[in-house]
Amino acid sequence: MSGIIAQNSSRHTGLVKAASAAGTWNLIETQTASSDSTLDFTSGIDSTYAEYVFKWINIHPATDGAFFQINFRDGSSAYDATKTSTAFEAYHLESGDTALGYKGANDVAQGTGVQRISAQLGNDNDQDACGYLHLFNPSSTTFIKPYKSRTIHNAQEDYAEDHYIAGYCNVTAAIDGVQFSMSSGNIDAGTISLYGIS
Amino acid sequence: MTGIISDNVGRPSGLIKAASGGGGVWTKIKEITASSDSTISFVDGTSDVVLDSTYPIYVFKFNIHPSADARLQVNFRDGGSSYDATKTSTFWEASHAEDEGRAEVGYVTDYDLAQSTSVQALAYVSNGNEEVSAGTLHLFSPSSTTFVKHYICRVSCHHSMPGSIDTFIAGYCNVTAAIDGVQFSMSSGNIDAGTIKMYGIGDS
Repeated sequence: MSGIIAQNSSRHTGLVKAASAAGTWNLIETQTASSDSTLDFTSGIDSTYAEYVFKWINIHPATDGAFFQINFRDGSSAYDATKTSTAFEAYHLESGDTALGYKGANDVAQGTGVQRISAQLGNDNDQDACGYLHLFNPSSTTFIKPYKSRTIHNAQEDYAEDHYIAGYCNVTAAIDGVQFSMSSGNIDAGTISLYGIS
Repeated sequence: MTGIISDNVGRPSGLIKAASGGGGVWTKIKEITASSDSTISFVDGTSDVVLDSTYPIYVFKFNIHPSADARLQVNFRDGGSSYDATKTSTFWEASHAEDEGRAEVGYVTDYDLAQSTSVQALAYVSNGNEEVSAGTLHLFSPSSTTFVKHYICRVSCHHSMPGSIDTFIAGYCNVTAAIDGVQFSMSSGNIDAGTIKMYGIGDS
């Protein structure tokens, strides 16, 4: 690496040498919530990448106690892919109580409804949720579509909640859209970015 | 955008035009190699470290060999010079001994925090010559002056039992002041060897 290319190492603009192919994260889209009932990602989810990652930052619900949730589109315009998943969580109240356990209320067994990806969110002005979801090989028409998620958030009653989801869309149709929403109220604020991993 | 640059759009190798703002790729900000250090600190504006609104997510990847069997720990700076941000967090683990005498999953109340300014334990690290522990810490939106600052971490530890422990930590700095410094240390002894790499992940 020499000349202009070397001088531009670690810079974000200009001519640069591309990073090596494996493991490169490519930003596809960022959406910023502003009292939105849903945030929909309807393009860029195809066979370009074998793994897609959504990262959410400072997700703030309009309604105290709402669940942050997701669903997948498998061919039609509806977000209703059949899913089976597991859910578990660890939490710690600011006042001291702790627990680690399975979260039966947030798993799905061959359901087409939403997949919860958090427990009940707090909506004090300084409370929010951050996390990520990996969606594997959504364009496959041979295999089911596994996904996994982890979210850390302030829970409704002022505690740290570390929430885990893993499951699969039990369909062989391609997944071409992903929708985020709240169980009640809207997504008051926050950003969600979609990346493809090459 | 013309010529070679245009032809290479979307390709993962060769000469390309960088996307605006880093294109969401991981940008390596700083790598520090430990050498019997009592602490390793990443401070915004110091030694080429950026820890501000440039990126919405910062990631620390570490591979640590300690001078003594001890806990690897982290703390956050929220405006002053001290690493003492108030934190609430969870800590759970899966463990498996090499002799199979232990194989379990459970919550660890000794190492979580409830509105504490103390260090956040991340891992148990044994110090045999060949032993290291490696993990990843995400810090979300540290520059926010509206929201608390969430963090998540997972570490694959070589424990002195001997065996493997997989630790999972998540919590938040319960402050609205910006976090502008992150400090790693050991509960006893020092960070004898290893590296800590700091990355920023862009969203624009």
